Amino acid sequence: MLYFSKLRVISVLIFTLIVSYFAASNFLKFDDEYFSKNIKLGLDLQGGSYLLLEIDNDPVITQKLQSKLIDLKRYFKDKKLTIRNFSIDKNTIIFESSDDNVDEVLKLLDDDESEINPYFQQYKSHTFDFVENDNFFKLSLSNYGLVLLKNSSLDQAIEIVRRRVDEVGTNEPNILKRGNDRILVELPGLDDPGRIKSLLGKTANLTFQFITQNNEESFGTEKLQFDDGSEEAFVSKRIILSGDNLVDAKPSMDTQSNETVVNFTLDRVGAKKFGKATSTGVGKRLAIILDGKIISAPSVREPIIGGSGQISGDFTFQSATDLALLLRSGALPAPLNIIEERTVGPGLGQDSIDAGIFSLVIGFALVVLFMIYKYRIFGVIANLALISNLFLLVGILTLFEATLTLPGIAGIILTVGMAVDANVLIFERIKEEIKNEKNYIIAFDSGYIKSRTTILDANITTLIAAFILFFMGSGPIKGFSVTLGVGILTTLFSVYFIARLFTAFFVIKNKNKENLI
Amino acid sequence: MKTIQFNKLYKLFNITSVFLIVISLCLLLFKGLNFGVDFKGGTLIEIRTDQSSSKISLIRDSFNQMNLGDVSVKSFGNETDYIVKFEKQNSNDPEFIENIKQKLSNSIGNVDFRRVENVGPKVSAELLRSGIIAIGLSLAAMLLYIWIRFEWQFSLGAILALFHDVILTLGIFSLFSLEINLSIVAAVLTIVGYSMNDTVVIFDRVRENLRKYADIKIFELTNISINETLSRTIITSATTLLALLSIYLFGGEILKGFSLAMILGVIFGTYSSIYIANPILVLLKVSQRTIIKEEKD
Repeated sequence: MLYFSKLRVISVLIFTLIVSYFAASNFLKFDDEYFSKNIKLGLDLQGGSYLLLEIDNDPVITQKLQSKLIDLKRYFKDKKLTIRNFSIDKNTIIFESSDDNVDEVLKLLDDDESEINPYFQQYKSHTFDFVENDNFFKLSLSNYGLVLLKNSSLDQAIEIVRRRVDEVGTNEPNILKRGNDRILVELPGLDDPGRIKSLLGKTANLTFQFITQNNEESFGTEKLQFDDGSEEAFVSKRIILSGDNLVDAKPSMDTQSNETVVNFTLDRVGAKKFGKATSTGVGKRLAIILDGKIISAPSVREPIIGGSGQISGDFTFQSATDLALLLRSGALPAPLNIIEERTVGPGLGQDSIDAGIFSLVIGFALVVLFMIYKYRIFGVIANLALISNLFLLVGILTLFEATLTLPGIAGIILTVGMAVDANVLIFERIKEEIKNEKNYIIAFDSGYIKSRTTILDANITTLIAAFILFFMGSGPIKGFSVTLGVGILTTLFSVYFIARLFTAFFVIKNKNKENLI
Repeated sequence: MKTIQFNKLYKLFNITSVFLIVISLCLLLFKGLNFGVDFKGGTLIEIRTDQSSSKISLIRDSFNQMNLGDVSVKSFGNETDYIVKFEKQNSNDPEFIENIKQKLSNSIGNVDFRRVENVGPKVSAELLRSGIIAIGLSLAAMLLYIWIRFEWQFSLGAILALFHDVILTLGIFSLFSLEINLSIVAAVLTIVGYSMNDTVVIFDRVRENLRKYADIKIFELTNISINETLSRTIITSATTLLALLSIYLFGGEILKGFSLAMILGVIFGTYSSIYIANPILVLLKVSQRTIIKEEKD
């Protein structure tokens, strides 16, 4: 139908103008809070760091099993059951029950209401799977129990990562969960991720433990190295205080020794523990241990009861600042490994933007000229559709605040090249129709109708490819699939609503001319 | 417009295509693909040096002294830029990159690390797997779509044309040891979409003509359909190639591989829609009965 109702013309016009407004707001500064949106630039264009971290969950699992073992001992003791030979082997808790207790233990572990082995109705799973053989019980985390544990350690870790990244004060960091043991950290504008990496690479487990007098390894002591690797010392395994009790830590200058130190403040429980330990341990050396290494081991000269203290050790101001930051943000539940890193400097990002825009302009100009050469006045119409298509595409990406990447720009250029296809299909069809039909209006009408299924088929195939890329691709590639996919939708709109409108006006005006197309 | 006898060359080009596919498969099988750090793991550093006089051999030497394993250094775009790749990756050591930069500065003067990519073995294996799944999935989705829209003979023709395009494009990448990275996967997927698009346009016309002319043999009919859609085929390929050429020439080094793969794909896709997809219809003796029977069902 070459006839367009006024309402349709107006709504197409309004829609196009609104979306174009958003496209323009990227380049012109509008004084408008609500309607001033911008396309986000991907890390490959604005520069920045992308880090993928993976939690090493093994220590978390070991810890969970150890605490479970203690719970089990206590629980069975309360129930007055005779259980013995507790041990942990390869992520499995093993214990032996006396003959007459086996059924009772089985019942306690298997019950839907079990207190010691919680049951999750919706997943039809206990936290622990177990087998019983010859009075020996073997417990290991069920799949669901493992997921539960991983999720909780991931949640904790992501919180700590966020605190640490925030403390460094980078520009709008993006921290996301990936699967159940990974964290994605995007740091726009950061071209040297070294400091962040060293901060995220530390678990920051802080403990205070006394150094033992006798210099040999025994039950209840462990041999630890000093942080600078200079010497080793035996420390008591009894933990006086851990980082959990810290409420604040700050770097500062010790006026007496002229050294950089870290001052810390403890919570009430911590202050009490610390006071008690230091009053009984005057004269002993107290080791301050971070991630299994002794930072320093000062001698206790007097009881420290105020709930605040000082960590010294060969700090530079930077390392003291970092240590304070780590202590304030808390310990990670497990070590994090950086398994993927991509950093783009701001210079390359800007070069990519420039090259991308330049090739867009050239590609666009080539296609526009080619269409005018091929179709004259209808080439102009197709080009008007192409321009509005470009505005619509950029406008919609802006409206949804999509992320534009370098491959995304390539997607836009590709859209420019492929978008004319629909108009070409229509125009070629119209040419064929005109051979048998002298009435232009009817010929144009049937040209549009007969080419429709082909155009839909052809565009759906590309849309399928874009969809799959969107769900399977990552980072920059996702940006490509977005522009390609949205580009197909705006192409169809610009062809069927905008180009068709112009075509209709033109054909109705010139219906008696020879050689119209 | 004059009618071109495309169908006269079906045989010749089919033999050529089979030959090229066999060669490509051999290349893929025996030479393999040159996977980049995305799929192989390792470290990639894009370096810009201060003066253009810094010799590539100098950079290579200083990297070789750093104990990083097999190091490859290539110039990248202009005279001052280089891409360095090596297998060792150690993203957990925050000083790793900083140390390399320090040592390099000592030997060749001021350097700017414009881009650093560090991919662990686990991640690269996953990226490779998901790339293969994505390509497989897109082929399957195309098959499904065309199966719903057309008769099975058409689906077979279109899918064989797709395989032809993907295999030949990868074959050329293997022949010239061009790097396969994530963006090549995106290019291959887009090629799949484009090639399908091109084939579908001709097939739509074949089907329309099958309904119109009961007495024309499929051999002739495909030729008529190809000719009727020919100017569209040419114009669309031309505009798409113009856009891609612009990316290839002006879009920067990072997009070179991507646009090259796409250019190859568009050329193969246009060719295969005519010379692979249509001969299959002839081979399978598609006739008016084929589509009418299907439509009755």
